[in-house]
Amino acid sequence: MALTLDEVRRIAALARLRLSPEEEQTFAGQLSAILDHVAQLSELDVSGVEPMTHALAEGVPLRPDEVRPGLSPEEALANAPAREETFFVVPRILE
Amino acid sequence: MSAPAPELNTLSLAEAGELLAARGASSRELVAAALARIGATDGRIGAFLRTTPERARAAAEAADERAAKGARLSPLDGVPIALKDIFLTKGVETTCASRILEGFVPPYDATVVERLERAGAVVVGKLNMDEFAMGSSNENSAFGPCHNPYDLARTPGGSSGGSAAAVAARQVHGTLGTDTGGSIRLPAAFCGVVGLKPTYGRVSRYGVIAFASSLDQVGPLGRTVRDTALLLQAIAGHDPRDLTSSTRPVDDYLAGLEGGARGLRIGVPREWLSGGLAPGVERAVREALATYERLGATLVDVSLPHSRYGIAAYYLIAPAEASSNLARYDGVRFGLRAGEGGGLKEMYAETRERGFGAEPKRRIMLGTYALSAGYYDAYYLRAQKVRTLVRRDFDEAFRACDVVAGPVAPSVAFRLGEKTADPLQMYLADVFTITANLAALPGLSVPCGLERESGMPVGLQLVGRPFDEATLVRAARALEREAGPLPAPEV
Repeated sequence: MALTLDEVRRIAALARLRLSPEEEQTFAGQLSAILDHVAQLSELDVSGVEPMTHALAEGVPLRPDEVRPGLSPEEALANAPAREETFFVVPRILE
Repeated sequence: MSAPAPELNTLSLAEAGELLAARGASSRELVAAALARIGATDGRIGAFLRTTPERARAAAEAADERAAKGARLSPLDGVPIALKDIFLTKGVETTCASRILEGFVPPYDATVVERLERAGAVVVGKLNMDEFAMGSSNENSAFGPCHNPYDLARTPGGSSGGSAAAVAARQVHGTLGTDTGGSIRLPAAFCGVVGLKPTYGRVSRYGVIAFASSLDQVGPLGRTVRDTALLLQAIAGHDPRDLTSSTRPVDDYLAGLEGGARGLRIGVPREWLSGGLAPGVERAVREALATYERLGATLVDVSLPHSRYGIAAYYLIAPAEASSNLARYDGVRFGLRAGEGGGLKEMYAETRERGFGAEPKRRIMLGTYALSAGYYDAYYLRAQKVRTLVRRDFDEAFRACDVVAGPVAPSVAFRLGEKTADPLQMYLADVFTITANLAALPGLSVPCGLERESGMPVGLQLVGRPFDEATLVRAARALEREAGPLPAPEV
């Protein structure tokens, strides 16, 4: 199946990616080829087959919801591109 | 006259540990030998993104003090190793080979790093890889490719290319990698070393940068089967900080290591040897199977009919999970930030445009598409059902055999640049490894000779029952003992 440039742009917007016009062209071709390959899954009859939602046979355990030591605010903020006191700073959201 | 002492860097991890125990060398000497070897060869190989000499020397000094008191912590105590740059290391830059994490200094260690250091292993540096572990050749690293020590014009495989190349080039005695679709086994095969992907859940992933969370697993690479068993022993086991790590008790991987192949039932999937293999690879794999028969194992014909759908299922599941995992790189809490003058959305877009290379972008796009409205059932859900079928094939096969054996890859290491223009061709390098990830099973690559035409190493893949890594290493060791070591690469 062939992805159109509009579809490529729509997916990029959903993923918060910005692509150059050349990247849009390249990805349209490459993603179409990959989707053609994965389309062979439709040959299989999967009716009645349970999806493998957990890779561990024992399932996912629960733990008690209790307070445990974690990173200090200083450690958590040490890599922040911008911070103020104990907050991450982001550009303005509302114009 | 006695033979000259071997160069310290050429020792296996087990041998290095024994020498330390016998006080025949110090950890400081081993670390110096490793750093000297890296200094002398890595300009050509590119296995390391950074070394950590001061920390390594301090750790070596502590190891030597313990050895002097007869209080070594483990067989790894004092032995130089290195880590794929996907493992968080407290106070040491960790980039996942991506511009978007350049300068990121983690505030904590991954559990596996903690465990190795608690066993006394000395980390000398962080290793090159494909960006975010996405790739089969290490060419997707934002910081330059890594070269195969057996032929510098060829790739070491990926994504743990640096982890395999560093071991093959005798720079360190062992490494850790990660494997989501073959990323330990493929580079191990291409570089002529042993690589083990444990069962999903056997090793903690706390502090391991996530790619595809239902597939990612941590594992060791070493020059010998014993070395990988020693490393796995140190890192395996439940971690309360990773709820996907299994609470099953950890086997003793060394106890039965020399048990041989007699009586072992080896399943040979007919789909894995039926065309599409490079002739030299097929020859080496068939010779390895014949060796097993000679050693008293039985070859059993088995079928994995759904393995041919593995790549298709994987390239829906892994990108879908990656698109979610990589959403965190948004310029807010860590890593690169760009375009902040234009408001929040502009900052997200600019940061991710500049920070991600082509392959992460491609996979984020693919995953976002597969998960987007109207496509979920047709793509992601269907792929998860196919995953169940792939696993059932293995369950059926393991009724008749103890391990499954076949090639790791359709060819030996390919040339740098050979597949970069066509992502689908690159993806197909993982056609034989990907099914073990989908089925959550342990898989191992062990050298089974050199391809005659090219002189490049060939790997035999062994896949085992869930949590039966002990049988995998025993079977691999039987072949290794019979075949002897590969000639060392000249670098």
